[in-house]
Amino acid sequence: MFLRSFLSAALIAASVGCAWAGDISGAGATFPFPIYAKWADAYKKATGNGLNYQSIGSGAGIKQIKAKTVTFGATDAPLKAKDLEEAGLEQWPMVMGGIVPVVNLSGVKSGELTIDGPTLAKIFMGKITKWNDPALKALNSKASLPDLAIAVVHRADGSGTTFNFTNYLSKVSSDWNSAIGVATSVEWPVGIGAKGNDGVANNVAGTNGAIGYVEYAYAKQNHLTYADMINKAGKAVAPTMEAFQAAAANADWAKAPGFYVILTDQSGDESWPLTAATFILMYKKPVDVTASNEALKFFEYCYDKGGDMAKALDYIPMPENVVALVKKAWATDIRQK
Amino acid sequence: MTASAIPATETSGSLPSDRSAALGRLKFRDAGFRFMTFGAASLVLILLLGVAISLFIGAWPAFRHFGLDFFISDSWSPPKERFGAAAAIYGTVVTSIIAMLIGVPVGLGIAVFLTELCPPVLRRPIGVAIELLAGIPSIIYGIWGVYYFKPFMQAYVQPFLIGTLGAIPGIGVLFAGPPLGYGILTAGLVLAVMILPFVTAISRDVFETVPSVLKEAAYGVGATTFEVVGNIVIPYTRVGVVGGVMLALGRALGETMAVTFVIGNATKISTSILSQGTTISAMIANQFADADPGLFTSSLLALGFILFIITFIVLALARWMLSRLEVKAGR
Repeated sequence: MFLRSFLSAALIAASVGCAWAGDISGAGATFPFPIYAKWADAYKKATGNGLNYQSIGSGAGIKQIKAKTVTFGATDAPLKAKDLEEAGLEQWPMVMGGIVPVVNLSGVKSGELTIDGPTLAKIFMGKITKWNDPALKALNSKASLPDLAIAVVHRADGSGTTFNFTNYLSKVSSDWNSAIGVATSVEWPVGIGAKGNDGVANNVAGTNGAIGYVEYAYAKQNHLTYADMINKAGKAVAPTMEAFQAAAANADWAKAPGFYVILTDQSGDESWPLTAATFILMYKKPVDVTASNEALKFFEYCYDKGGDMAKALDYIPMPENVVALVKKAWATDIRQK
Repeated sequence: MTASAIPATETSGSLPSDRSAALGRLKFRDAGFRFMTFGAASLVLILLLGVAISLFIGAWPAFRHFGLDFFISDSWSPPKERFGAAAAIYGTVVTSIIAMLIGVPVGLGIAVFLTELCPPVLRRPIGVAIELLAGIPSIIYGIWGVYYFKPFMQAYVQPFLIGTLGAIPGIGVLFAGPPLGYGILTAGLVLAVMILPFVTAISRDVFETVPSVLKEAAYGVGATTFEVVGNIVIPYTRVGVVGGVMLALGRALGETMAVTFVIGNATKISTSILSQGTTISAMIANQFADADPGLFTSSLLALGFILFIITFIVLALARWMLSRLEVKAGR
């Protein structure tokens, strides 16, 4: 047993890579783990330097970087500028993804159902309980909505996906904001709690009348029916790469201290309202300057060469203007000597 | 070897001092042995105390901040920093009760069948199957629960319960709500399957210790099998049976992964056992990794401390019950 777990640990370590004396070490969000692993693999092939990334969750990632046990922390829920200042941390967005509402309704296919923010909030608060509710009917005059109870599915574990989802609901519904709020785990008034994106996907797939929220890649891989959303501009949009990118392009990164931008509910006709970025945290005055520089070299490689790899895994690379801003911030803020 | 050879070659005059030296050595060795075993035993006490104290220290900020409210409130809202343990305590207790109500009678029944009634050909296969059941990791029960048991509950058991028992006034509230599959009852039933091997394996082993002379005497005076089991086997083995049941209850109270998979993880108390709930260990498993330091983490540690106390109370109760049984039997 011990030997086997040791072997598998060694295998994982080997696949992520470990060569350079010290290794780039990071910990945090689970959502970007697949793309970080892919980038690390490519980087290792290109340079021989490896990355040791532990996907232990956003909250745990913040704890680890604050404890200085890793060179960088990764989180889906960005730290506010004030917290960054206090901790002496630099923060920037690394890659983006989309969150999509997924449903299980017999006879309804992807793109046939449209939901707006306030209605979504009411469903997740348990105020709309049937699929043939007038609010849903008004949004979907063409679809035939059954007289069926809505089974809400949400995350049971703390999650950056939940953070971005509840952030959106708080922006579009003052009721949600005052009663429930924004966090990686909240007090859900109704519904089934499932573990992880795959848990939610599996629950929605197995329950007639269910609605849940997952990262775009999970909806795609599990062939789940997703709903279109009405965005801030009042336009109906489908969850596509273009819609996620539009949301990122419309965000005002330059004016946000610490790149504290949450990509939900962005303006613009094409913007998908549930877009999310995932962030990296590093010390401005690193304890180990060599390790810090190696990490920055890795992130630079990811920005410059990693775009297509990200797209292949359904992530959205950061727009070029944002990358330029991030690189400028590195040069001015992080001590590299 | 040399120690015993030396006295034989030496004069008899030096024997007493040699003997006392040998005795001293033995005494020293004995003292060392006693000290080592005592050390091992006290290590358990120290560990137990250490766990209790460190949990309590971690939990103290939450207890101080919320006071008695922590045990009464079923609100668990991290963004509002409002934490109450009632929903988790309720779920833990109710799922364990359901598991015991089903697991204990069935487990005892299997044990009785195996020791008293089973044809010898079947005894081994059933015994081995029970032991294998005990060896299945709990995560496997969780996966089985999600992929096979939950859809079964959703499609057949829950609609049936809602249609029949749910229509009866009074107890109907216990079986209300839409059949979603996930819930307290599903978790309780999965737990029942998980504790079954504990109850069975231990009861079977202790049933086998009943002297056949006692049983044969009872059969001889015309007792039925039921009477032999009820009046001879169980009274003779009650200490062992209660021990097995308590071990099972311990597992039911603390079981984490399998329950997390099927209970629905809703931090609220509902009257219906078909609705979703949570347990102490499920809450900790779900939220600990992402919990902010401060009240959130402290509240989760407080939950852990409460589970510790519940388990402690259960064990103490079991001891007390046993001692009462002893007194009764002594009369």
